[in-house]
Amino acid sequence: MTMLDSTPQRNAYAANRLPGYLTGVLLLASLVISWGAFTFFRPAGGEYEVNLALVLLWAVVIFGVIQYVASRVVEGPRQALNRTVTLLVSAALVVAMIPLTSLVYTVLTLGVARFDLDFFSLTMRNVVGEGGGASHAVVGTVIMTLLATVISVPVGLLTSIYLVEYGEGKRLSRSIQVFVDVMTGIPSIVAGLFAYSLFALIVGPGTRFGLGGAIALSVIMIPIVVRSSEEMLRLVPNELREAAFALGVPKWLTILKVVIPTALAGISAGVTLAIARVLGETAPLLIAAGFTANFNFNPFSERMMSLPNFVYYSYVAQGTIPEAYLDRAWAGALTLILIVMALNLVARLIARIFAPKYGR
Amino acid sequence: MTDTAPQPAKALERPGDRIFAGSARGAGITILLTLAAVSVFLLVEGLPAITADPADIAILDGNSFTVYVFPLVFGTLWSSVLALVMALPVAMGIALFISHYAPRAIAVPLGYIVDLLAAIPSVVFGLWGAVILAGGARPFYLWLEENLGFIPLFAGPTSGTGRTMFTAAIVLAVMVLPIITAVARETFLQTPRLYEEASLALGATKWEMIREVVFPVGRGGVISGAMLGLGRALGETLAVAMVLSATGIVTVNLIGSGNPSTIAANVALSFPEASGLNVNALIASGLVLFVITLVVNSVARWIIDRRKDFSGAN
Repeated sequence: MTMLDSTPQRNAYAANRLPGYLTGVLLLASLVISWGAFTFFRPAGGEYEVNLALVLLWAVVIFGVIQYVASRVVEGPRQALNRTVTLLVSAALVVAMIPLTSLVYTVLTLGVARFDLDFFSLTMRNVVGEGGGASHAVVGTVIMTLLATVISVPVGLLTSIYLVEYGEGKRLSRSIQVFVDVMTGIPSIVAGLFAYSLFALIVGPGTRFGLGGAIALSVIMIPIVVRSSEEMLRLVPNELREAAFALGVPKWLTILKVVIPTALAGISAGVTLAIARVLGETAPLLIAAGFTANFNFNPFSERMMSLPNFVYYSYVAQGTIPEAYLDRAWAGALTLILIVMALNLVARLIARIFAPKYGR
Repeated sequence: MTDTAPQPAKALERPGDRIFAGSARGAGITILLTLAAVSVFLLVEGLPAITADPADIAILDGNSFTVYVFPLVFGTLWSSVLALVMALPVAMGIALFISHYAPRAIAVPLGYIVDLLAAIPSVVFGLWGAVILAGGARPFYLWLEENLGFIPLFAGPTSGTGRTMFTAAIVLAVMVLPIITAVARETFLQTPRLYEEASLALGATKWEMIREVVFPVGRGGVISGAMLGLGRALGETLAVAMVLSATGIVTVNLIGSGNPSTIAANVALSFPEASGLNVNALIASGLVLFVITLVVNSVARWIIDRRKDFSGAN
């Protein structure tokens, strides 16, 4: 006759678990250990400053090891691994945030030095050393981006209309899809080389002007517009199209008066994002539009400066007073980031405020 | 008595319809023509560099075009692969954090931030990398040379400016990080909820659930995100041109002062002063870059399409 084991069972769900507060305690302990080790072991004599980054790094390593061991002893290897992965995933986030916060912080702090009225009202004509501004670059960026938008939006929007409304299942439609994908992958500098070669063959070698830059930007912009508009047009419910057809509305009017207004918020948000994307492009303009220190309001002749190239050129061609050139470069970088962020916010606002409201 | 079968109603073709459909078609065809034009013009302008006598092209330095372009191709691939190796694990970590670890209140703003980061212009990354990162990372390179110098990668001697291949690869990694993260996050989020709950219900830990359920579903997305990131890194121009102090040699030494350049950076640096046949040589190298990115992107598309059929996500 067997005896039934009558020892009281512990709660199976709470057993073999590390208490929740332990994580915090361990983290604090490892910080203390790491800090202590760094301040205790130091080179003899002289000024010695504790490297905070190294202290934190070692604290995390110590924490990871202790946690793994403790968890392995109490909870078993599976839970220990689980905890380590959680730590690694969180660490990945921190690792990624370091360069990004550093970037934003530097641009903000170094950019304000020359982020003044002069920067937006003066050009670089006859400027050597301090002073000068980027107004010619701002003008160039605005003109070329606008031109690129005027070229890309009709082509991109009409193509997406063809893909969604007319091309369903046709061979032309499939090949357009493939080639839009290919176009998305064109490196921006190759787009610049294309625009340069185009005008080198038509006008003559060495031609660099605003229109070339705009064409290069369009090559980059068109696929972005096609992709985003296509996605938005596909979101328009078929019921709306059928209702319009049932009322006898011709297809082209249905598209113009029903489909596009419904998708307009998404389309304009997509176009705004595409503008933000090409606004920061440097390489194609470097090739196709060149550098200049002067105003140029005519995109059909002479070189044209752009804001990204202003930043690049200020860095590459530092003159007699390098600090002045670097300050201008940072101010340009700050301007660029502000514009791009603003455009992104505008795109989000457009998408949210003007989104079509279905039902009641 | 004759049956008059009703004629099938034929849609009325209005002029407006024709014009509209025609212009939509025309726009689509424009795209095909543009792409054809890109290839044709690059070929027409690039071919003279290959057919002409190398002695006439100053930047070739008397060698053939292949000898000129090989170190650049190496530098392009090497920097991009390094960037990918650094960015991929971190990007997967962030994607997992957003999709499976963070509470919704944190995950949504984090997603926005990642999208915003993808929009920062490359010239800003270049400026930051050249002015801030290069100097800041130099002590780290010195440490690497001292302690890991026996590995050819860290053989040194450490560059005095810190503007090395390692720095360029870090900048590229930071730039492609948001792209890979965005794609990986989307696919991780598509894991069927039921699978995840079933896995947890069988007693799997969170990591086991992710490994057994989320990764198989998201594998295609991660691979294609990585390839898209690679494509971006291959074509990245300004960040590399500003950060790297290139000498055009072929070496795997990451922290030395002599570094291979990349195709795009080389074009950006040489183009403003180039003239005559030198321009053609640079355009031909651009054509090589175009072909490389085309291959990488095609492989990415192929992987996505192949995975689409049997991944749980669709």
